[in-house]
Amino acid sequence: MDAVTVTDLVVDRGRRRVLPGLSFAVPAGQVTGLLGPSGSGKTTLMRALVGVQQVRSGTVTVLGEPAGSPALRSRVGYVTQAPSVYEDLTVRENARYFAALYGKGSREADDAVADVGLADAAGQLVGNLSGGQRGRASLACALVGGPEVLVLDEPTVGLDPVLRVELWARFHALADAGTTLVVSSHVMDEAGRCDRLLLLRDGELIADSTPAQLRADGRSEDLEEAFLNVVRAREEVAA
Amino acid sequence: MSATTSTPPRVTTGHVSPRLIMATTGRVLRQLRHDHRTIAMMLVLPSVLLGLLYLLWQDLPTPPGQLSLFDRVGLTMLGIFPFMVMFLVTSIAMLRERTSGTLERLLTTPMARLDLLLGYGIAFGLAAALQAVVTVTIATTVYDLEVTGSVWLVVLIAVVDAVLGVALGLLASAFARSEFQAVQFMPVVVLPQFFLCGLLVPREQMAGWLQAISDVLPLTYAVEALQEVGRSTEATGTMWVDVAIVAGAALIALALAAATLRRRTS
Repeated sequence: MDAVTVTDLVVDRGRRRVLPGLSFAVPAGQVTGLLGPSGSGKTTLMRALVGVQQVRSGTVTVLGEPAGSPALRSRVGYVTQAPSVYEDLTVRENARYFAALYGKGSREADDAVADVGLADAAGQLVGNLSGGQRGRASLACALVGGPEVLVLDEPTVGLDPVLRVELWARFHALADAGTTLVVSSHVMDEAGRCDRLLLLRDGELIADSTPAQLRADGRSEDLEEAFLNVVRAREEVAA
Repeated sequence: MSATTSTPPRVTTGHVSPRLIMATTGRVLRQLRHDHRTIAMMLVLPSVLLGLLYLLWQDLPTPPGQLSLFDRVGLTMLGIFPFMVMFLVTSIAMLRERTSGTLERLLTTPMARLDLLLGYGIAFGLAAALQAVVTVTIATTVYDLEVTGSVWLVVLIAVVDAVLGVALGLLASAFARSEFQAVQFMPVVVLPQFFLCGLLVPREQMAGWLQAISDVLPLTYAVEALQEVGRSTEATGTMWVDVAIVAGAALIALALAAATLRRRTS
């Protein structure tokens, strides 16, 4: 069962064609990694999944509905790359506001804050937190809605390795409970933590695979190396 | 873990929800509460400026049978301050929502666009009510401002003016790309309305075309409403019509502001 289906998606930003025609599916209840260098179209694609991106053509279907349709707004959570929380509110106040928007109470809000490891900082203004803490506060505000599909744009940037491992464990726990996660990253060492991989380069899908499959296709145990081999192989075919 | 798939999906529509409006009102007021200096300035500054006018005109003789200059201008300023302050505060607040990514995020939640705008309107309307009560109290006790009608009508008009300021501020923020631009919309929106509202030159003495412009500017009606309260012991029909016009202009500005909030952007 696929949670997300994208068919022939074309997106222009200004005069530039960012996504020239993508088609893929994201299986439900798994962590799908969206990997690629900065500028490869990851954020644009994620914005299309949550329905805030103007698209030129193609369809994006999430949980059987067109992306961004009103019925999806309480079922899909989105965390932008830059933390989008209110700096002049405390972590708890932010979580409670977003909880209210999703029809949840303050208990769920406090749980979400604890889930991202910010229970001790709950009473602090977000503006006084470190970059990594802000990112987690932002994540809490999406978790609080209990979304069925969670779209996370580079959620682990700037986090120390211990926290990063904790967050990935959290993502897999969510997936085990049935949540579908789409997580973007520009570092290949995170690719190994995903159930499925979508490799994006210049808006083109280089691979729609699993870490094991990519290692086999790229003839390397190192995913970065395997990725490079796949890219080179494609370029040779094109040339 | 709080996030599970057992939560039944709630079907949401584009309709306005009182619950979401109040959540937003509470959030905006909480943001304000953390900013002590802004609260202090909001509450005290109009009284201080009014005091300056009072001292400026204190020793000026008033022709018999006429309102003193301070009574005339001071009363009008009670409507202009909240309009100006709330315009400025709201346009910056909304610009921050746009630039910080919180707006985009809010638009992916079940919240309707009007929920957000009405939430802002009510929050800053309440702040304006508090500001008006403080300013009117100081003006009538410390500065001996004469108001023939009820001071509560003055407060009401001040709040409606503030809501107009909020609505125009929300709208103006759509046309500003930076905070530098946003603050410069203040003179653009506020000063022409101030010049033409009938305070500097009575409207009957303006050139016809200026009067025509004055006729379509909402602040004109706010000032006329205050002048009515200044003159008559009872609320006049003209005053209620004026208040309705200002409120109507605020609603139109809110609707236009909602139209500028695009869920999908490029």
